[in-house]
Amino acid sequence: MSTPLLMFLGFVAVTLGITYWAARRTSGANAYFAANRKITGWQNGLAVAGDYMSAASFLGIAGLIAFNGYDGFMYSVGFLVAYLTVLLIVAEPLRNAGKYTMADVLAYRLSPRPVRSMASLSTLTVSTFYMIAQMVGAGALVNLLLPGVGFSTAVVGVGVLMIIYVVFGGMLATTWVQIIKAILLMSGTLLLSLLVLGHFGFSFGNFFDAISHVTYHDKTGAEVTKNFLQPGHYYFGANKPYGVIDLISLCMALVFGTAGLPHILVRFYTVPDAQTARKSVVWAMFLIGAFYIMTTFLGFGAATIVGRDAIGANNNMSAPLLAKFLGGDIFFAFISAIAFATILAVVAGLTISASTSFAHDFWTNVIHKGTERKPGEEVRVARVTACVVGIVSILLAILLGQSINVAFLVGLAFAVAASANLPVIVLSLFWKRFNTKGAVAGLATGLASSIILILISPSIMTVDPPGVVGAARHLIQRPPIFPLENPGILSIPLGFLGAVIGTLLGREPEAEAKFAELSVRANTGLGAEK
Amino acid sequence: MSLDNDQSNEAPDDLTPVTGAATDVSPLGREGAKPSHELTADEDTDVVNWNRIAASDEFKGLIKAKLKFIVPATVFFVVYYFALPVLVGYAPDLMKRRVFGVVNVAYLFALSQFFMAWIIALLYVRAAARHDRIARSIADRHERRAEGGR
Repeated sequence: MSTPLLMFLGFVAVTLGITYWAARRTSGANAYFAANRKITGWQNGLAVAGDYMSAASFLGIAGLIAFNGYDGFMYSVGFLVAYLTVLLIVAEPLRNAGKYTMADVLAYRLSPRPVRSMASLSTLTVSTFYMIAQMVGAGALVNLLLPGVGFSTAVVGVGVLMIIYVVFGGMLATTWVQIIKAILLMSGTLLLSLLVLGHFGFSFGNFFDAISHVTYHDKTGAEVTKNFLQPGHYYFGANKPYGVIDLISLCMALVFGTAGLPHILVRFYTVPDAQTARKSVVWAMFLIGAFYIMTTFLGFGAATIVGRDAIGANNNMSAPLLAKFLGGDIFFAFISAIAFATILAVVAGLTISASTSFAHDFWTNVIHKGTERKPGEEVRVARVTACVVGIVSILLAILLGQSINVAFLVGLAFAVAASANLPVIVLSLFWKRFNTKGAVAGLATGLASSIILILISPSIMTVDPPGVVGAARHLIQRPPIFPLENPGILSIPLGFLGAVIGTLLGREPEAEAKFAELSVRANTGLGAEK
Repeated sequence: MSLDNDQSNEAPDDLTPVTGAATDVSPLGREGAKPSHELTADEDTDVVNWNRIAASDEFKGLIKAKLKFIVPATVFFVVYYFALPVLVGYAPDLMKRRVFGVVNVAYLFALSQFFMAWIIALLYVRAAARHDRIARSIADRHERRAEGGR
């Protein structure tokens, strides 16, 4: 049996043990959906970090920096600064005024059924895009590591494990899987960074000198040397007339999207109070920030030590290949096992937030008007939903196969979250006049505009030169209608605009009357779920 | 003659004895509020007079204090953060300028964003500790009132 497989099986065994332990402690809805709200600040900080640093962070950013230099580092910056939005605006009011899902805060003073239906739809959309990206990443990683195991087998394996964690262990097991993964990922990244620095004799001078002239062969086979510390290798070129706008658009989606990601938001319900939620965001910010600073070593290390030529076409494999080059097969196996763990922890978080939203928002509150017909029904529905979500994502991931670009799906998830979820959360907390029409209109325009703009963007619509096949080939072979890869700069204002116009169309005295209550609850913690 | 008619035409007097064991259930038609253990879930939420708290000076002060930190902090981080892509895009010569060896303004500016985020987070934690004290005093006062309020 190969070393990577053994290490991966070790992680699986530990996490299944945790799931068994968690399953025996999980009874009742609070335990299943919110880990009894007993997670401490530093634990939740680690879990948020584990929930957030996905395959896109570890594999994707390292690859983007290795291939495009500085421009890839812009993702690292945005992914961290985004937590200021979470910390300053969303985390504490959400914990104080909600119960299990993002929609709880919206439904507090608005008409629950339309608002919860739309919020649930947007939660499921964001989670599904994010999840498929992770599954496809897992499949690609297995292809590299264990050539004997096929793409579909790997996707099914990851899917089944995530279903087991979530169905049996609920939020408690998910939390601990994320905590262990965060510790593994941080230590693996630190080791790899030290090895990169060691390669340059622990001299930052030598390291940065190497980054300033990276040599590789471009598509035409000519040798080029570029300064990778200089911005613009990806965004500013003769063929990118809207490069700067596209970069700003990406930055908007990143910095406003995180505060609308359902799987991050539900983590704040697992702690006892708003103060602990705040502490956990700060813990997460230091962990996540340290990790993204280290992507400097991962990405630039891969560019200078392994080289673009040796990494080949799939830049997602930059970090594992760097590990192989510096630490040999055993370290390669270790880093790859961490990449698996990373993916598993994130998909578990996505599955539980999606199934919680369906069970709590849609099943109990929309279909059955807010009451469980039998005790424990909500948890049962959530478990069934977790199975369904898992199976659907397995099928979608296999169906789309490797033909879909992973980073693009994650970008879509961030854009949808920023355009649909964030405007309505912010307006419902801060604008007294905000009402049901506004919430539904905001969610709908944010969701629709971000998805439509991506569908007509160069990510989907581009005429490829002949000979481009497989994953690189674009879905629609036509010139793009919308020039930007990321829709944020247009779809986020549209989301806000939809919410404002919808609100101004009518008045809702009940919603305005309940603003005082929501405001007192959100700001003092009076009556918060215990 | 059916049983139904009998009952509807002349309802017998309530034969429940007037005297009985002492009970903690408040008599119907009482004047005061129900004791807290007697409230149904629906009534319980109304015990908190949200509007009164929202209108109190203490609560308004809390909101003011919070916004006094959150609004400038948010404006600052948004401006500082978007300065990065804007300058990278529109002031490439400034960004290319080298500071230490080959390390340029662009990289240092990007790196500074991490420290900016951490510093704002720590400042917020300090400010929030003050807000917590006001919030707790509002919550405590309310809870005392709720317990004593019969």
